[in-house]
Order: sequence, then structure tokens, then C-alpha cells
Amino acid sequence: MKSAVVQLPGLNRDRDMIAALTKISGKAPVTVWQTETELPDVDLIVIPGGFSYGDYLRCGAIAARMPVMQAIKAKAEAGVKVLGVCNGFQILLEAGLLPGALMRNASLKFVCREVKLEVVNAETDFTRAYGKGQIIRCPVAHHDGNYFADAETLASVEGNGQVVFRYAEDTNPNGSVNDIAGVMNVKGNVLGLMPHPENLIEAAHGGSDGRGLFASVLDVIAA
Amino acid sequence: MIKARVTVTLKNGVLDPQGKAIEGALSSLGFDGVGGIRQGKVFDLELATADRAKAEADLKAMCEKLLANTVIENYTIALS
Repeated sequence: MKSAVVQLPGLNRDRDMIAALTKISGKAPVTVWQTETELPDVDLIVIPGGFSYGDYLRCGAIAARMPVMQAIKAKAEAGVKVLGVCNGFQILLEAGLLPGALMRNASLKFVCREVKLEVVNAETDFTRAYGKGQIIRCPVAHHDGNYFADAETLASVEGNGQVVFRYAEDTNPNGSVNDIAGVMNVKGNVLGLMPHPENLIEAAHGGSDGRGLFASVLDVIAA
Repeated sequence: MIKARVTVTLKNGVLDPQGKAIEGALSSLGFDGVGGIRQGKVFDLELATADRAKAEADLKAMCEKLLANTVIENYTIALS
């Protein structure tokens, strides 16, 4: 399975993401710069974390208006899988590819720690390697991860099974409504989450709970 | 040239942790009875046109496309 990693000025988790994708799939992803209007023929596009455009205006707001995002929208509509992590999640929300918004953490503090995540929906292309209700460890590092959606949007997101991950065991680090840590679109091919599964994939990281997400989406689940 | 000011504020019902913190800080400075603080953003712009209707339409489009996130924010436009 072929993958691509999007690069924008200010993103700084792209190398972690490239390393994770390479180690888990055995193939290095192609990298795509923000000005590209044609994307390579891949099965998965990943927008990694960081601080695109210095978080100016709103996190992800300026990145979401770059040419590459039009191309990503078209690919997403065509069914290509798209994953946004941290700033990548913020960009997908700002681009209108996912419902809701991310606000400043309720504590007003940058949080960098490990949290527990519940796999709420294990029947997605991103979570097949996990069991429903499974609790996994995952690191977070962000200032604006407080998920918000109005009552109507929230009801539909919950009702459609679009909530993929929730902070579990009282580890919600940011005040997200309903402890939401990751949501997908209705079609199920676009997922965004605040935690960094790419930073917990091997023994050197102190665990490999994040590996299942990449194994699922890259279709390399061990039998 | 037309000068304009765009004000972006959080919608009602959207939690504003920064506003709450500012409220707390004002209270600690001895300003009692201050409530309901909501932090927002102000953009001052200069538009190279004399056509006020066009300026207003352009500003509305700018707000919808970039300056405000209409999921959580409202905006107002004022021409001077």
C-alpha cells in the first residue's frame, strides 16, 4: 500500500510520521509539498502534526487554504484514505473535511503527556487491528485540542459512529466535549485525531500501542 | 480606498477558556462584578476600491473563507 506525507512550513512531526509509515509498511511514503496541485497515486495521505504557519489566525486555518488541500479534498471524495494527526487534524477540520472545531485547551496550558484512548469504533479502515472498547496508550502534545461541535453536529457525529477514539480513564487532557479524541467523516475514509500514534510504535518508544492504527490503514495486519 | 474593520467573536454556547481566565485575572486585580468576558479578534483592512457594495461583499467572502471559522465564530463588518 502506497502512502504520502504532506509537508507545510511549520509542520515538524513529518519525519516521525515518515519513519512510522516506513517501518510499518516497509515502504517509504512519498512527500508532497503544500503547493502541489496534483497528488501521486497513493492509497493513504497523511497530514502530520506541528505548527503550520505558526498557528497564526487559528491552528491549521492557513494551511487548510493551501493548494494541496484542494487536491486532498478531491482525493478524499474519490475514496482515498486521509489521516490527520494533531495539527493535521486541525487542518482537516479547518478545511471542512471533518465536522467540528478544535479550541484552546480548557486548562490554557500546552499538554505533553501520555493519555489512555478507548477505541470506540473498531470497524473502520483505521482501527481494524484493535478491538471495540480496547484501551490503548498514546502520547499527546498540543495547545489547541479541545474538540467542540454544536449540539446538532455532536448528535450526528455520535449517532453515525464517527467518534473513533475517546480519552479514557479520566485522561482527557484538553476539555474535549464527550472526551472525543478522534473523529472520522461519514464515509469513513478521513480520520483526524489529536494524539500521536506514530510516537508509540516500537520498543524504543516504550510501547507499540499506536502501531495498530497504521497496520490497519496500511493493510499490513499480522495474521 | 475603503477602510474596514472586521470583528470576530465566539458564538454563544462556545466555551471560552481564555475569557474565563481574563475574568479571573480582573477579579484578582480588584475589579469586582465583571462577568461574561469573551475574547475575540479584530482585523483592520484597507481595500483598494471605492465601491462600498463590492467591498462589503468581498469582506463577507473573506470572513466565510478565512477570517472566521463559522463553526465556532460569528463576524461583523464595519466600513468607515
